[in-house]
Amino acid sequence: MTGATAAPMLEIDRVAKRYGETVAVADVSFTIEKGEFIALMGPSGCGKTTTLRMIAGLDVPSDGEIRLWGRRINEDAPWEREAPLVWQNYALFPFLSVVKNVEFGLKQRGLPAAERRRKAMEWMERLGIAGFADRGVDQLSGGQRQRVALARALALEPEMLLLDEPLSALDPHLRVRMQSELVRLHRELGITFVCVTHSHSEAFAMADRVVIMSEGRVQQIGAPREIYRRASNRFVAEFVGGNNLFSGTASGAGEGMVRVDGPFGSALAPRPTDVEILDGQAVTLVVAADRIDLAAAPSGAGNEVEARVVTLEFVGSSVTVFLETTGGAELRVQRSLHQIENTPLSPGQAVFARWAQAEGFFLPA
Amino acid sequence: MNASTSRRALLVLYTALVFVFIFAPIVSTVVFSFNADRFPSLPWGGFSLQWYEAIFADASIQRGLANSLIVAVATSAIATFLGFAAAYVDYRYRFFGKMAYISIVALPPTVPVVILGVAMLTFEGRIGLSGTLTGITVGHVVLAAPFAMALVRMRLADLDPDIERAAWNLGATPWATITGVVIPFCLPAIFASVFLTAAVSFDEFMIAWFVSGVNETLPVRVLAMLQGQVSPRINAIGALVFAVSMTLVVAAQMLLGRGGRRNAKEA
Repeated sequence: MTGATAAPMLEIDRVAKRYGETVAVADVSFTIEKGEFIALMGPSGCGKTTTLRMIAGLDVPSDGEIRLWGRRINEDAPWEREAPLVWQNYALFPFLSVVKNVEFGLKQRGLPAAERRRKAMEWMERLGIAGFADRGVDQLSGGQRQRVALARALALEPEMLLLDEPLSALDPHLRVRMQSELVRLHRELGITFVCVTHSHSEAFAMADRVVIMSEGRVQQIGAPREIYRRASNRFVAEFVGGNNLFSGTASGAGEGMVRVDGPFGSALAPRPTDVEILDGQAVTLVVAADRIDLAAAPSGAGNEVEARVVTLEFVGSSVTVFLETTGGAELRVQRSLHQIENTPLSPGQAVFARWAQAEGFFLPA
Repeated sequence: MNASTSRRALLVLYTALVFVFIFAPIVSTVVFSFNADRFPSLPWGGFSLQWYEAIFADASIQRGLANSLIVAVATSAIATFLGFAAAYVDYRYRFFGKMAYISIVALPPTVPVVILGVAMLTFEGRIGLSGTLTGITVGHVVLAAPFAMALVRMRLADLDPDIERAAWNLGATPWATITGVVIPFCLPAIFASVFLTAAVSFDEFMIAWFVSGVNETLPVRVLAMLQGQVSPRINAIGALVFAVSMTLVVAAQMLLGRGGRRNAKEA
């Protein structure tokens, strides 16, 4: 992340967007620093795409203000802005060749033909599509179209690039490649990327900061690690996945610790500094699935609950183990394939789930 | 197996008969336009171009043809422009009364042409357009513009609205987007409309008959000739008009077909 010394590049200030009775964006505020890679993430209908479209000028906010370098741009027409967008469906011009597509924005700026051809070819070279210059866009594969869409936007050499679900239309193996290519481009160009995605793995893999949205509101803003390790509410904790949410009753447990008892068993966790937790209060304790160890016998250290393996789910090189505690609570643990191979688990097997006390944190009530 | 073969043969025969029924008058017109005999009867009196020579020598027919062509070209240009504009408004904007707007634009071809012709005559008589080529053109534009709109509208239905927004997003003003994106995309439909509206105008008789006055178009001239005498020259004119109209309609069809195939491939 860049330092917050200068004014932020883009400010979204209490912005709302309503279509008649429908509220697409209720109240959204966040800032974007120059050169940042920001991901707007949330389930469909959360307002992330509308927010992006307002940044591009394709929608005008009903309320609030969008400022670019301190200047209000709410009403600036899209063609007056420099925020090229990479569309989810690419939105390439079907009647133009690849190179003419890439040149389109430069042509609007009145660049002479020779110069815009040179620039367009440069960007196509960079994105590995120079060989398709004279083809029609309908002769390209999805991945190639994606590159044309990127080249067309980047040829304008903007200070900010907008991406709307850039990877969702790609095959899974292309998605991963494109993901790292976007990260590389972002690093090399040093410009601001604002990317809308519904996938937390994409957002967390690419972005410097993630803005999590739901129902037209921002739920949490932070670096991927921060959000992953310290979800600020139940929605975020569930949406980012990989978290165990244990409900239980709190009681005092000495200096700086809270004891939680519930169907999952019982555990200790650090007492939060920002909210007060009273004895007997119902609380939700969050423990990341990849911070829990499994062992055949109790060790007596840290938090330990007894559980039975229900099933194992293999996804690539990671494995999610679903368990049920003796109290009947669901528990999931994420392991690497390597770890599972070393200590095989089978459904029905009794194990002890163990995590360090410091790993647990509480959701606000 | 056998039943299906005979059913198929029957279908082919039936289709052939329908075509014969439709085209027999036209074919006989074309055939007899090359007949040396004065009367259209069998046996054929031998091949001759005399009726064509006769019509090309006839000043009133020449004038009629020239008038028809002028009106057709003007109608085609104006109707296509208006049709495109009407279709684009429908594509681009949402507004109150849009259904009514589309219905009114599409209405003229459903009005009986006799009514349209009388209305045109009354109206144009008042504003001094009656009896002029401009007057005929106005009438034909009213009749042809809905076809132009329908063709362009069909094409625009295949234009992803994001394409236009993508152009704005890349710095194209709305006007630059229309000229640089929307029109190029609609070009097949626009050309088809140019040909089709020209054909509508070139063939149109009723409005022209009411409005033309002394500036007769070719179909009006043909009727005047028929009222005087039955001459084989009518066959020659008929064959020419048929050739021109068919060329225009086939050209329109080919353009639309090409657009359609391309879309099918994109899908």
